[in-house]
Amino acid sequence: MAVLDIQGLSVSYATPRGELKALRDVSMIVPERKIVGIVGESGCGKSTLISAIIRLMAPNARVAAGDVMFRGEDLLGRSAAQMRGLRGTEISMVFQDPMQTHNPVLTVGRQMMDIQYRDRLTKAEKRKRATEMLALVGIPDPEARLNQYPFEFSGGMRQRIAIAMALMAKPSLLIADEPTTALDATLEVQIIKRLRELQDDIGCSILFISHHLGVIAELCDEVVVMYAGEVIEAGSVRDVFHTPAHPYTRALLECDPGHIREKTRNLPTIPGSIPDLVNLPGGCVFAARCPQRHAACAVRPEPQFASPGHRAACHLIKAEVRA
Amino acid sequence: MTDTTMPKPRSELGEILYHLVRDPLGLTGLVIVVLILASALFAPWIAPYDPIALNVPDRLQGPSGAHLMGTDQLGRDTFSRVIWGGRVALQVALPTIGGAIFFGLLLGMIAGYGPKWLDNLIVLLFDTIRSFPTVMFALAVVALVGPSLNTVIVVIMVTSIPTYGRVVRTLTQSLKEAEFITAEKSLGASTPRIMAVHILPNVLGPLAVLAAMDIPTVVGLEAGLSFLGMGVKPPTPSWGSLLNDGYNLIRNTPWLIIAGGIPLILTTIGFTFLGEALRDVVDPKLRGKGGK
Amino acid sequence: MSALLELNDVVVRFGVRGGLFRDAGSIDAVSGVSLTIDEGKTYGIVGESGSGKTTLARAVAGLHHASAGSIRYRGQELRDLPEAQFRKLRREIVMMFQDPIGSLSPRLSIKSLITEPFRIQGMKDRDLDAEARRLLAMVGLPPEFAARYPYQISGGQARRVGVARALALDPKLLIADEPTAGLDVSIQGEMLNLLGRLQDELGLAIMIITHNLNVVRHITDRVGIMYLGKLVEEGDTDTVFATPQHPYTLALLAANPEPDPDAQLMRIELQGEPPSILRRPKGCEFHTRCPFAQASCSSQMPDWQVGDAGAHRCHFPAVWTNHKAVPA
Repeated sequence: MAVLDIQGLSVSYATPRGELKALRDVSMIVPERKIVGIVGESGCGKSTLISAIIRLMAPNARVAAGDVMFRGEDLLGRSAAQMRGLRGTEISMVFQDPMQTHNPVLTVGRQMMDIQYRDRLTKAEKRKRATEMLALVGIPDPEARLNQYPFEFSGGMRQRIAIAMALMAKPSLLIADEPTTALDATLEVQIIKRLRELQDDIGCSILFISHHLGVIAELCDEVVVMYAGEVIEAGSVRDVFHTPAHPYTRALLECDPGHIREKTRNLPTIPGSIPDLVNLPGGCVFAARCPQRHAACAVRPEPQFASPGHRAACHLIKAEVRA
Repeated sequence: MTDTTMPKPRSELGEILYHLVRDPLGLTGLVIVVLILASALFAPWIAPYDPIALNVPDRLQGPSGAHLMGTDQLGRDTFSRVIWGGRVALQVALPTIGGAIFFGLLLGMIAGYGPKWLDNLIVLLFDTIRSFPTVMFALAVVALVGPSLNTVIVVIMVTSIPTYGRVVRTLTQSLKEAEFITAEKSLGASTPRIMAVHILPNVLGPLAVLAAMDIPTVVGLEAGLSFLGMGVKPPTPSWGSLLNDGYNLIRNTPWLIIAGGIPLILTTIGFTFLGEALRDVVDPKLRGKGGK
Repeated sequence: MSALLELNDVVVRFGVRGGLFRDAGSIDAVSGVSLTIDEGKTYGIVGESGSGKTTLARAVAGLHHASAGSIRYRGQELRDLPEAQFRKLRREIVMMFQDPIGSLSPRLSIKSLITEPFRIQGMKDRDLDAEARRLLAMVGLPPEFAARYPYQISGGQARRVGVARALALDPKLLIADEPTAGLDVSIQGEMLNLLGRLQDELGLAIMIITHNLNVVRHITDRVGIMYLGKLVEEGDTDTVFATPQHPYTLALLAANPEPDPDAQLMRIELQGEPPSILRRPKGCEFHTRCPFAQASCSSQMPDWQVGDAGAHRCHFPAVWTNHKAVPA
């Protein structure tokens, strides 16, 4: 059974200009013990998706349609109290900015013990657990460091602490929203490796959001590519990155600096920008910027399977499969 | 090539007004403030009677058709005195706050942006002024030059300068570190230019909010000083002198003290609501729009 | 090609205030950097947090005081130059900042912002409207943008405005601080292509500060890698990318993998975190994280060695034979 099963999710924001359709008909699955990556650029809706899953949406947001099932049970229908019960135990999160994640006036140890409030353990046991988690994420001298304040740690360390806190309750699902974006690249690789090891140990699933394609390729088993509020491609990391089926994915890979082999003065870009999410033109959402757009693109494409387990929303796939 | 799908933006004043009227408190505040300003401005045409015209036979009457708020101990129409009193209130409030803003800006920006020793000096000046109770300061000045409207204006202005000055100083200090100031320095902008063109406009927003909320305080101070006899001289009507008369005659009629009190309450409510609503509008805009 | 900018052993030192339990001291954010940028060429300075790259850039732009060493622009010494004289040079040496919207004065219109340089330099006789239009066109923004305000434009557009402002007075050296940070991958290329085009058209020399080695590869002629305030490797871009010698350079290259799950990476993994510049490691400052560190690395600071394959500062640099590196 999938840990997370999202079907046809649509979320809109009420804005002065009109209804902003941030997510439209989003479907994806996070299987047990797998790491699923979400890749997308600004405006693709990944933040909205996360906030919808953990039900911490902005006041002007509403779910227009769809289901979010967590281990077979509907999440969207749960009460606020039930959601609070889930957060931090079954579903935990790691956020982007390590400088703002922790309470600056409490020691790290205090915070790590506080979040164990639901467990019936003695203070000494909670402290021991916190120390073990810190050691697991690679913090040297963990026992002593429990007494330090967040400002005494560097950004990389704070992010490790955040991961430790998120995994302490052994959740079924860890949602990581761009956890390494604010860190140096050499730190990023360390943390990604550690995350992989931890996931293997604990056996949880991870939903990993990033715009860094190289990291996704390295860490994730499967990947979902989002554009302007829709899922335009999904499949195993190997399938999607080796044989991308959607023109946007192809263009994105071409633009990635890690991908470009030869030195060039004319770097590839994707001209144009995402459409206005309040006044969406009909048809394929990527059509305006697509080098292969043609007449059929005036109709919104249904997801097609380019190969088993690898789908993309593009008219051209049918043509290729047929051909 | 570039994104031109952003809608045509409204003018800045338009933005402020647009958000203001949508906030119920802001709208209330705006309406009250406009009414107060209008009645002060058009006093000669609105007031039914001459506020200093004596009519002793009709003294100390309660509200009636002829006198909406009754009459005072010399038969003068209270309502007209209230309206003209509003004029006096604003005659005091505007130069006071205007002067306090001017000096507060000047000293605050210099303190915030300039060298540490100058900052220390100016803060010392502010603290010295603030440690003087307003009334004592007023007494001292009155003893020197006698009571009058100008006395009240000068006293309140001087004692208000530190309030504005401190706010400006704090804002300036934080703006000093902003990246756009560094950018201007890299272009060779001189210190006076940076202060006038780049810091000043960014300080005015919060300052306007502060001023709006300060008007009731200033008006109250004027009323207090006039109540103590240090402000306007009779027979000039002022809300403070109305309160004074009302206090003395409270056993004869309660209407005088009510007449002095109501406009003060309304002013406080109106300007405070307006100030609060303005602050909400001005703040997020300064922080900038956008986001994913 | 003549040298436009020559840095020689530049040191930028900041005083640290003493406290109740701490002595007053100083930290060297930049501790001895030497490099040369030729006219019309692009130089990339690459480093991660704490490397001192931004401090170096700001010292060249006259925003930080260089405590020692020499910064020569066209032969003229910039260190300790009084601001009155530096101001004239600010037409030629300009800077583009990392925070695109934050570096624009929020209450000024785009037109006012990009024509500021004219006003500051006292060139009020110019037709500022025309100049604004010219500059907007140069960076590919439509003329209507002149009436907008910083909070009404996107980050990418604000970056272009920053470029337009920098170009106002036809500069000779543009210092770009992280010009692609925060930009979506699909439009990073736009900014870099723009800079490249401007360089070709205007003969502009560019100093690019970045943490992303891949960005640097395509548009720089030379590159310098910084760590804890010093250069650890420096040279012609193609050479450094083909045969990197310093372990840190190898680590940086390995940290930006291509999006290929099957790629065989020469994974150089660094241990631990960058040390604080308040407590510099003894010997080679990189040895605490270096996977190839040996005994002598912790006691002796390596000299700056200049060779055919570029310059570096390492006791045991990588040796390249047949496209495979062997750490010595």
